[in-house]
Amino acid sequence: MLKAIGLRSVDDLFAPIPAEYRLTRDLKIPRQMAESEIVDFFRQRSRENGDGYTSFLGAGAYFHYRPVIIDALISRGEFLTAYTPYQAEISQGTLQSIFEFQTMICELTGMEVANASMYDGSTAAAEAVMMAVRLTGRRQVVVARSLHPEYREVLATYATHQGMPLSIAAFGGDGRLDLKELEKAITPDTACVLVQSPNFFGTIEDVDAIAEIAHKHGAMLVVSIAEAVSLGIVEPPRQADVIAMEAQSFGVPLGFGGPYCGVIATREKYVRQMPGRLVGQTVDKQGKRGFVLTLATREQHIRREKATSNICTNQALVALMVNIFMTVYGKIGLRELATQNLAKTAYAAGQFAKHGKVLFAASPRFNEFVVETSEDPYAINGRLLGHKIVGGLPLRKFFPEFGNAALWCCTELTTRSAIDTAVGLVAESERSVRSAKEEVEEVAR
Amino acid sequence: MKHKTPKATRHVNQNEGLIFEKSSAGKSAWKLPPLDVPEVDTAKLLGGSERKDLGNMPEVSEIEIIRHFTRLSTWNYAIDLGMYPLGSCTMKYNPRVNEAVARVEGIANGHPYQPEKISQGALHIIKMLSECLIEITGMDAITLQPAAGAHGEMTGLLMVRAYHQSKGNARKKVLIPDSAHGTNPATAAMVNYAVENLKSDSRGMVDVASLESQMNEDVAALMLTNPNTLGVFEQQIHKIADILHAKGGLLYMDGANMNALVGKVRPGDFGVDVMHLNLHKTFSTPHGGGGPGSGPVAIKKGLEPFLPTPVLVTKPDGTLGFDYNRPHSVGRVRAFYGNFGMFVRALAYIQANGPDGLRQTTEDAVLNANYIRKGLEGIYDLPYSTPTMHEVVFSDRLQAKKGVRTMDIAKRLIDYGFHPYTTAFPLIVPGALMIEPTESESKEEMDLFIEAMKSIAEEVEEDPQTVLEAPHSTRVSRLDETAAARKPVLRWKPTN
Repeated sequence: MLKAIGLRSVDDLFAPIPAEYRLTRDLKIPRQMAESEIVDFFRQRSRENGDGYTSFLGAGAYFHYRPVIIDALISRGEFLTAYTPYQAEISQGTLQSIFEFQTMICELTGMEVANASMYDGSTAAAEAVMMAVRLTGRRQVVVARSLHPEYREVLATYATHQGMPLSIAAFGGDGRLDLKELEKAITPDTACVLVQSPNFFGTIEDVDAIAEIAHKHGAMLVVSIAEAVSLGIVEPPRQADVIAMEAQSFGVPLGFGGPYCGVIATREKYVRQMPGRLVGQTVDKQGKRGFVLTLATREQHIRREKATSNICTNQALVALMVNIFMTVYGKIGLRELATQNLAKTAYAAGQFAKHGKVLFAASPRFNEFVVETSEDPYAINGRLLGHKIVGGLPLRKFFPEFGNAALWCCTELTTRSAIDTAVGLVAESERSVRSAKEEVEEVAR
Repeated sequence: MKHKTPKATRHVNQNEGLIFEKSSAGKSAWKLPPLDVPEVDTAKLLGGSERKDLGNMPEVSEIEIIRHFTRLSTWNYAIDLGMYPLGSCTMKYNPRVNEAVARVEGIANGHPYQPEKISQGALHIIKMLSECLIEITGMDAITLQPAAGAHGEMTGLLMVRAYHQSKGNARKKVLIPDSAHGTNPATAAMVNYAVENLKSDSRGMVDVASLESQMNEDVAALMLTNPNTLGVFEQQIHKIADILHAKGGLLYMDGANMNALVGKVRPGDFGVDVMHLNLHKTFSTPHGGGGPGSGPVAIKKGLEPFLPTPVLVTKPDGTLGFDYNRPHSVGRVRAFYGNFGMFVRALAYIQANGPDGLRQTTEDAVLNANYIRKGLEGIYDLPYSTPTMHEVVFSDRLQAKKGVRTMDIAKRLIDYGFHPYTTAFPLIVPGALMIEPTESESKEEMDLFIEAMKSIAEEVEEDPQTVLEAPHSTRVSRLDETAAARKPVLRWKPTN
């Protein structure tokens, strides 16, 4: 090949690079490894990474069962190793599957249009807020404090340089956005209110009431949904103007936090301000139905600095996992799946309530709940780890006022025996704190 | 001439409707285990929040689902089927060992909030990949948090802004060459920098005189792709960096074309201050029909305080953990730690190659692009004769005389069994054909590609209509994009 090009050595190919910058040594990276060594390396890392533990963690990343056909299908090279479907004639597989994805997201969220995906739930929420800012011509944003704290942080990062002041609205004693606080936070310059439902504490927000307040002031309502399985049994926020969703629960592995699958869904009239790729139906020159990427004039490769977002690569293969998951469970299965989540959670919360304090007990919830203990939840979790159980997420990491409260999550995969073991250890902790206290009181007497 | 088997042939083509059109009540593909806790009254638990109906969600059987998606898949072209020479996208082979290791139990199912004590495996992977990428780029520190290239650009520019802010002046604009990817100006706008265009010279490189005259204390950074989108290495790179640095500006490098450099030259050594990588381009993680990607951002020491939170650290006891206490950080750009599954794949790729393999990869990628250039020079117009690195850009100037444009040639290439090259980009070449073979292609596959391109050029002369009406071998052809945009149909709806 070198001869065909008329060169003597490979080095000649790199002649355009000034000699002083050419690397004349080996990169200092691990030596080349055989496939068997690579597999072994990652198996070892897996053993150091919680393999074999039962977990009660949720908080934006949920452990649901993944039907095996998901990986069987997404591993087909035609899906796995294809590029963005710009050449429609040889991308109909990807395009039609995205069209079906968009349809099912609309069905589940009650919205009219959905895009092909965003990076994740946090960036989808930030982009949805920016969309509301463009649509209303207003700048200020009211964010519920019951939103996932990391979503809030991401929004703050995106908002910093766009002149979008954020004000945070507190939650009340019922673990839901305090409507009086919301009223106070809204100004004539409020572009939108951003809430999550079910919210970070697993509590279902009163979306109707929030929508009414937002709309009364001419602001839009953006609802973030982090636990997609809730849509099987919880009424979607139909009064929202934009929904920013994390679809990880639909067949996407936890994968230590990513890749996941964000989605934005909205009303048809707002579609031209929507970020991200969209697939539309059309016909070919023979009148045959087919699908294409459409409304690209919103996007960066056409509009450059005037685009609705800079997003290019999205989460297509993960959206395909989500699509297959939604197809497998479908109309009946999703409801049954969600109902099992509800039942496990109701049982667990009931058991915990016998020994510790379950907060926000009067509000409807999906599959997460907050348990307050007398002892530091980190200490309790330390003992649970000995039983190969990962306890709930101590909340003071994000909410210092919560002290000894932790956020617990159950899914259809949580077994009764794991719940009973965890409850047993929490009960033991409560008993020992109580008896220690009694001892102190005894001594004091 | 030696007989060659042409690449494209017809094969059985299934018709397949939408999944909703197969749905009927009572079919299912799921089964839940019996409930081991008491059943609940959903109405009592949820009250008014209870959902009654899931609308038009499908009801289908498992075999129907398997056939549905398998049939759809046959309508896709893919690297696994053949050469995918999309310039600037680096469509290289996606090794299957990457997929296998990403699915090992503890790696696939690790929860992002599980205690650090039982997350050492994942943290170790993050640390190792970070160190490899720092060495490959010649930079000082890195964040793996951004989810894709454009997200990395945003993260990089946020750090640029924070850096200037810390010096008392955030500055106003970013210089971007006219050959740049659309994400560059779109990103600058998201970080509230004005975009100023920088023109290219007659050799397709940054016009250094223009840069000198446009550079001033209002310029925060230059966003440069190197090699640029013409596949040309910026030979004056040291001068470009000096001009920027002299006025306090920073050099941002879009690493989209890093496949031309790995193991041969390091951006950190030629004056780059901030750059992003695309793990889904250079480091072999699959494109998956448009994602997921991963866009790590590597930086020089001076920008380290501004890295997104959290930052991976080695704790006094030798274990790994995250540091959240970073007062100068630009903040978080994504929940959790980034597209971890892509880190696993990229690290497996680096391990499978080692220092020799990565160098060889780069050499082969550049050799392949030059081989294609040689094979097609004279048949297609080469607007810039500057030496080619990993990709080569032709134009349709010769074929346009017959009314055939780059998109037509691209569509005809489909009939020959190849995925088209990138069309109509970069914008500085009217009617561009941007070809990037990557190191993955053998001489045999490239010879077939060159033959196909030559044959199409002949067709343009003898029978342009065949090219203008292509593709002829696909299930659908020349879909009406205008109609799709004018009256958007973005979801299926039941007919009755």
